[in-house]
Amino acid sequence: MQTDRTTDNKKGRLRGSALEEVLFLFGVILLWQLVYFVGVDQLGIWKSYSMPSPSGVFQSFYKMIMDGSLAEATGRSLLRGGIGYLISLVIGGIVGILINHFPFLHRNLRPLIMGIQTLPSICWVPFSILWFGLSQTAIIFVVIMGSAFSIAIAVDGAISNVPPIYIKAGLTMGASKRQMYRRIIFPAALPELISGMKQGWSFAWRALMSGEVMTTSIGLGQTLITGRNLADINQVMLVMIVIVIVGILIDQLIFANIEHKIQKTRGLA
Amino acid sequence: MSLELIGVNKTFSDTKQATINDINLKIEKGEFICCVGKSGCGKSTLLNLIAGLLKPTSGQIILDGQPVTGPGPDRIVMFQEHALFPWLNVIDNVTFGMELASVPKEEQMARAEKYLKMMGLESYHHYAIHQLSGGMKQRVALARAFTMDSKVLLMDEPFSALDKQTSNRLRKELQQIWMETHQTIFFITHSVEEAIYLGDRVVVMAEGGTIQNVISVDLDRPRHVYDEKFIDYRRHLLDQIQGEETHADR
Repeated sequence: MQTDRTTDNKKGRLRGSALEEVLFLFGVILLWQLVYFVGVDQLGIWKSYSMPSPSGVFQSFYKMIMDGSLAEATGRSLLRGGIGYLISLVIGGIVGILINHFPFLHRNLRPLIMGIQTLPSICWVPFSILWFGLSQTAIIFVVIMGSAFSIAIAVDGAISNVPPIYIKAGLTMGASKRQMYRRIIFPAALPELISGMKQGWSFAWRALMSGEVMTTSIGLGQTLITGRNLADINQVMLVMIVIVIVGILIDQLIFANIEHKIQKTRGLA
Repeated sequence: MSLELIGVNKTFSDTKQATINDINLKIEKGEFICCVGKSGCGKSTLLNLIAGLLKPTSGQIILDGQPVTGPGPDRIVMFQEHALFPWLNVIDNVTFGMELASVPKEEQMARAEKYLKMMGLESYHHYAIHQLSGGMKQRVALARAFTMDSKVLLMDEPFSALDKQTSNRLRKELQQIWMETHQTIFFITHSVEEAIYLGDRVVVMAEGGTIQNVISVDLDRPRHVYDEKFIDYRRHLLDQIQGEETHADR
């Protein structure tokens, strides 16, 4: 994050320089350590098992890096999240195109999907466990339910927002239905499709954690719960930080880069 | 080729759109027809009917003996906005329509280069659309329209969104291309001057979507707006229209 390049991006001006950000983050960690030192070590306001500290988190980090458990948990979570997300893209893409194409579905199915989409993904966990047991599939199911609907709505929106003049130009140039989608509608909708995919990923990643904490497969969510069961608050904190960092990295390294590239070729950036 | 409109009517349930009332008109191959009239008189509706983007309520539009049933590449439309695709560069935009029509690659390039050169854009092939000025964008759109070699080119106020200097230059260039190609063109404008400058015949539309008059413009090309005869035509046409908006003509 400190090295990310969005600071050159005009739209990213909400952020300061990399140095400023590093210093600020360092300050926060220092303050946190200070609060811990005063509150736990000196005054004993909190118990050490209920309050994490930067040094404790770092120790957990070191331990879990050395025994490989952090890498394994992160890798498995990413793989599971990735599979669920890809399936969501396919389902959401197809459903999105269908509800956009058929006015009947647009009138009737779309509001239903929008309704279901407001359901927090954790609500699918009971269903999922009953149907698939405490398995990988159960978690992937929760991921799909958590993100596919938002992707479908985004795909429908992206296609609806294609300027009508492009469609007209295509029609008078003799575009067939297929050419219209492939050569005009899809490329015209691409910037919005990418934002929809990005939002879909953040839903998928959250849903993944809901699924993982409820089941027993190895992964970040499960590592978090193990930390709680062992009263290891530093491990819990560590996993939370890793979840945030992975989420941001994927957002910035994959989606922000693609978005930036597209906007640049179209003169939008 | 000939394009014939026979008793064409168009009404809308939504009253905001201009209607068309009993239009009869025949356009011959190689003719440059300009259509003027106040805003809201139905010029654009008429163009969209010929394009096949709208269906007539009654009457028929016949192109080469075949009734028009929908849009198609034999009636390319050029819009007021350039309608170029921002995800493609200049050359890919120009060849786009030919690619849809599966014109052979070499032929595509040859035609694209020919018209881009006519428009003075031969060194802009790989520019992105957003790097071009408004006038250049409309030139690329012109090149794209001409490369399609359609039976009739429909132009819906293509220069009216440009500043006056640019729009004057473009209509001069369009006259130049037309003199070389004799492409059949149906051109809508709200400018009487533009209509006389470009048209072989000028169709004057009246409120309510009827044809008020059709005037043949018997002037040599290239035309010049300061010629005495040109000014006479202009005055004559303005008197005909006696509209508020057209008197404020640029």
